[in-house]
Amino acid sequence: MPRRKGAPEVNAGSMADIAFLLLIFFLVTTTIETDAGLDRMLPPIEPPEQDVVIKQKNIFTVNINRNGQLLVEDNLMEIEDLREAATAFLENGADGSCTYCKGKKDPSSSDNPTKAIISLKNDRETKYSTYITVQNELVGAYNDLRNREAQRLYGQDFTTMESKYLDPETPSNVRDDLKDKVKRIQEMFPQKLSEAETTTD
Amino acid sequence: MAKFTKKKEGDLPAVSTASLPDIVFMLLFFFMTVTTMKDSSLMVANTLPNASEIKKLEKKDRVIYIYVGTPTQEYQKVFGTEPKIQLNDKFANVDEVGSFILAERAKKPQELQNVLTTALKVDKEANMGLITDIKQQLREVNALKVNYTTYEGDAFNNLQ
Repeated sequence: MPRRKGAPEVNAGSMADIAFLLLIFFLVTTTIETDAGLDRMLPPIEPPEQDVVIKQKNIFTVNINRNGQLLVEDNLMEIEDLREAATAFLENGADGSCTYCKGKKDPSSSDNPTKAIISLKNDRETKYSTYITVQNELVGAYNDLRNREAQRLYGQDFTTMESKYLDPETPSNVRDDLKDKVKRIQEMFPQKLSEAETTTD
Repeated sequence: MAKFTKKKEGDLPAVSTASLPDIVFMLLFFFMTVTTMKDSSLMVANTLPNASEIKKLEKKDRVIYIYVGTPTQEYQKVFGTEPKIQLNDKFANVDEVGSFILAERAKKPQELQNVLTTALKVDKEANMGLITDIKQQLREVNALKVNYTTYEGDAFNNLQ
């Protein structure tokens, strides 16, 4: 009786072709995601119950005109200088209640970081790229200050702490630990960036 | 002697292709894991501006996308060259944004409906007028969390 051979070998020569086909399919139908950006909260549409009185000196007004020029606190300014000016305004600390501020304590500027508000206005014909640059610089001013305080208190940058906190792959015990720290820093420099309706004239 | 005939000169030994499928599969799995499916094809030019202070958009299922930009070449004859809004696969007017957001929100599971983010993918050449109108629409339907999607880079490159 002839010995039976095992199952005949399947020819795997075309396997590469099949795999290439799949590979090309995925290359064509998918994209490498570039989804990152500036997170912002829009103001709610209902006005607040009672009118809040805000002192003029606690508001840092930034106006962008249609040519992309900046009017900051009634002075013309280059976008390159905006971050520095915003930082100086935020940590001015005129009333002395902010112990961690390193500002000039100028009495005509903001009282303390929790009261300081940045108001951003733009024209309808302002270019979107200019607007994003300005937003980026203002968020950058907040981040610079928060990073500085986070470095002092916890020895790491606020932005890394926050992204670690928001990353779903971080283990939950690490996240709970970070939650309080992130919150504390956020309360030191709360992000108050108001965007009023655009002026039409 | 037949047994000892030399091999012909210059006859290269065949390269074994047995591991080729493995290599290709490796590539395939790499691309399957790092990429995501395109959910709508772009009908507008969409060169995003640069920004450096960016945050990643985690969890794709919590994001609603709105595209803004000038229509691409093939649509310019019909829709002109002014920046337009693209919702899913069609062009829309500003006043349709609100109902679009509500419809998209209704499609999501209950527990996610309050944590949705609206990602604005706006071409850098667009004007703020249109964006302001969209923002007003978003405020009206209480979709307050927005993300201005950008590329990572130096923000001052935008100004050139």
